[in-house]
Amino acid sequence: MDEAIMSVDRTTSERRLSTLVRHLGGVSCSSCSPTHSSSSENARISRAPMAAFGSVFASVVQAPEDPILGVTVAYNKDPSPAKVNLGVGAYRTEEGKPLVLNVVRKAEQSLINDPSRFKEYLPITGLGEFNKLSAKLIFGADSLAIQENRVATVQCLSGTGSLRVGGEFLAKHYHERSIYIPVPTWGNHPKVFMMAGLKPMTYRYYNPSTRGLDVQGLVEDLSAAPEGSIVLLHACAHNPTGCDPTPEQWEQIRQLIRSRSLLPFFDSAYQGFASGSLDKDAFAVRLFVADGGELLMAQSYAKNMGLYGERVGALSIVCKSADVAGKVESQLKLVIRPMYSNPPLHGASIVATILRSPELYHEWTVELKAMADRIITMRQGLFDALHARGTPGDWSHIIKQIGMFTFTGLNKEQVAFMTREYHIYMTSDGRISMAGLNKKNLPQLADAIHAAVTTM
Amino acid sequence: MASLVFSSTSASPVALRGRPKLAIGVAQPQSGAGHVSVRGKDRKARPFITRAVAVGKKVSRFDDVAMAPPDPILGVSEAFRACTNELKLNLGVGAYRTEDLQPYVLNVVKKAEKLMLEKGDNKEYLPIEGLAAFNKATAELLLGADNRAIQSQRVATVQGLSGTGSLRLAAAFINRYCPNSKVLISSPTWGNHKNIFNDAGVPWSEYGYYDPKTVGLDFEGMIADIKAAPSGSFILLHGCAHNPTGIDPTPEQWTKIADVLEEKGHTPFFDVAYQGFASGSLDEDAHAVRLFVERGFEVFVAQSYSKNLGLYSERIGAINVVCSSSDVANRVKSQLKRLARPMYSNPPVHGARIVANVVGDPNLFSEWKAEMEEMAGRIKSVRKRLYDNLSQKDKSGKDWSFILKQIGMFSFTGLNTSQSGNMTNKWHVYMTKDGRISLAGLSLAKCEYLADAIIDSYHNVN
Repeated sequence: MDEAIMSVDRTTSERRLSTLVRHLGGVSCSSCSPTHSSSSENARISRAPMAAFGSVFASVVQAPEDPILGVTVAYNKDPSPAKVNLGVGAYRTEEGKPLVLNVVRKAEQSLINDPSRFKEYLPITGLGEFNKLSAKLIFGADSLAIQENRVATVQCLSGTGSLRVGGEFLAKHYHERSIYIPVPTWGNHPKVFMMAGLKPMTYRYYNPSTRGLDVQGLVEDLSAAPEGSIVLLHACAHNPTGCDPTPEQWEQIRQLIRSRSLLPFFDSAYQGFASGSLDKDAFAVRLFVADGGELLMAQSYAKNMGLYGERVGALSIVCKSADVAGKVESQLKLVIRPMYSNPPLHGASIVATILRSPELYHEWTVELKAMADRIITMRQGLFDALHARGTPGDWSHIIKQIGMFTFTGLNKEQVAFMTREYHIYMTSDGRISMAGLNKKNLPQLADAIHAAVTTM
Repeated sequence: MASLVFSSTSASPVALRGRPKLAIGVAQPQSGAGHVSVRGKDRKARPFITRAVAVGKKVSRFDDVAMAPPDPILGVSEAFRACTNELKLNLGVGAYRTEDLQPYVLNVVKKAEKLMLEKGDNKEYLPIEGLAAFNKATAELLLGADNRAIQSQRVATVQGLSGTGSLRLAAAFINRYCPNSKVLISSPTWGNHKNIFNDAGVPWSEYGYYDPKTVGLDFEGMIADIKAAPSGSFILLHGCAHNPTGIDPTPEQWTKIADVLEEKGHTPFFDVAYQGFASGSLDEDAHAVRLFVERGFEVFVAQSYSKNLGLYSERIGAINVVCSSSDVANRVKSQLKRLARPMYSNPPVHGARIVANVVGDPNLFSEWKAEMEEMAGRIKSVRKRLYDNLSQKDKSGKDWSFILKQIGMFSFTGLNTSQSGNMTNKWHVYMTKDGRISLAGLSLAKCEYLADAIIDSYHNVN
């Protein structure tokens, strides 16, 4: 009975009546004696007129599912045994299973069996050793910026957390609010920066007709951006297109950015995962650091160490001087403290354990290369399969693109068709996660693409 | 319009603030990657502006960034670590210590972690709202497994980054959905509360709470301030073991507080960081929250497992919103997810699994309750010893019994800023300058020394 009362939106007169009744005599509902109350409470049991002054939730509507993570939600709901999840970028083995790297299990074992370890709060900036090793990983051990103590590094919650903390820092301390993000980009980017207090703007990036980089558009748009604007750059394996600038194009971009005093903000979620080489995938970042300029760098270990759910990442800000870096770090703490106080220990400890040990580090690079290689194999496989089926169109972008994702070029309707008829789950922008492919489901995907392209 | 950056190697960053920003620079030669041209004599401030700005060696976009002060609470531990005096005592941050003043990892946590290792779970992303088993366990722990609000699915629970992260999600929600509402926080309260609401863009004001004359609750002041607040305000209440004072309302006072909130249409917003840690009993410490839920309020509750499960660094907690219907709860949960996604996407799995394993296994759960009773018990015995020492040593006749009446990890000593400073400077006792000491960091062995320090600071310093 109480549930019925509470679940119905009460009219004003109902509320007033119940308030009156309560004040006059105290209504004691026999069916609602609480299990934990004292006798004084029982005598007083009354219902607060629910939302007598307007519910705080009156304006709350059901939010749609997140477009990327929502794909997995939809996939899970599908009862078909033939379903294929090519939505979120999480690596799968050839058997279609999630993978915990051997080196990660080893590291975890040593941590959990170590009796001298505690669970005390980390500093606001996170695990110090992790921060140093992470900076070295992305900037290079011989990086001048590191040697000169010009890098402020703080542990954050994976890539997302690093982007958010960096964004909030810039909104508080930088004179430009505009952040230029490529079109297209990871679906969460604009939301992260908007919530951080920045103003997302766009620059052209992907050319649908060439299925490659729109260099001219990029140069035009960044040349027109106000001096000092922030520019988001994908360090490698651009998400969702898989189209990366060549080394020469990177140099061109660097010069343009530096000549206009634009502030680069790198998102590095796939270091080592793109080409299989950690150093090669850090080329663009290191190019920018080498010119002595400043930049922000959001680093994630979700994919390259398979630590998705542990939320491990780092934000580095390369500054002009050690003095500035010190002050920047102190201000980053003021952003972090009211957000979550200090970051989680477990994932960062695993990373530090691996990065500090030459043996484990080497093992990691081998496992990382194996993951990257399997994806490259799938790319070739899909390209060959479409070629074999005579699917109309040029599908060479599948093998030209880099990293976990392929921007197929399929449109929303074709994607919906593939989901409906072939139980292929992917984001509606035509992006597929190659990591979710294997020899078993690849033919099904090829069939689906073929059908979508020829039917629609 | 070019945006401009001013810097000079001779000017200090402080001097720069407020000055108009001018661009300095010379066009950089198109050198190959890695070559940096030295700007040499161009580094001094020049009155003209160049169009092609190459960022010179010493010009930083962040030159105006000031050095932030250390966090008033976490900074105490930093200072303690830097101190070399052997008598030093860390009574700053609320992290439990054993009698040997060592950090403590609960046995059930070690067992749970070993279990998890054996199980070999994967490390896939959690859903945005967190681990389902954890969310179920945490709501039941808070409200009771047979709670009707839970059974009718009226509770929206989202895993959050311990207490701070859960409060922040709730604050972001309030900012978005109740833009005309403000939050009332106790005076004093945990130092980070105001920062959280500031960064979330939620206006706040204070309600009276601490009475320095009685070193107790200023109940009249509290009620008056809550009554005076605009209808529909959010009232931030500490579920138990008020931080920093250790002063909790009595059950009768809680009932009266509920009356006032009801009268004004306010929404209770509980911060529950010490469930089980205050009295030693999980159920007893949840009394206030359960009272409000039973009374039919819409309630926000932020939970933390930092202290009661010793999972400080794993950042595990939850935001619970008790709603008027399951439909509302679904909508609220969906919007909380929408706030979490651009903050960190999804929460960390490790701590959530530990809690789910401990709470989900009857043996581990019993063991946990026993360990929690032990921790709470040690703190009570330390309170008693400190009180005894103070009463014996202080010849002034001052009544120190408030130490026994206060509850939880902290004690509000009544020392002011200078007196607290004396505690640190003269006695090497590290504490926050509001006079708060963490009894969790105190051993029976050190009570006498602490008593001496408190007596000296109280009587000899103004």
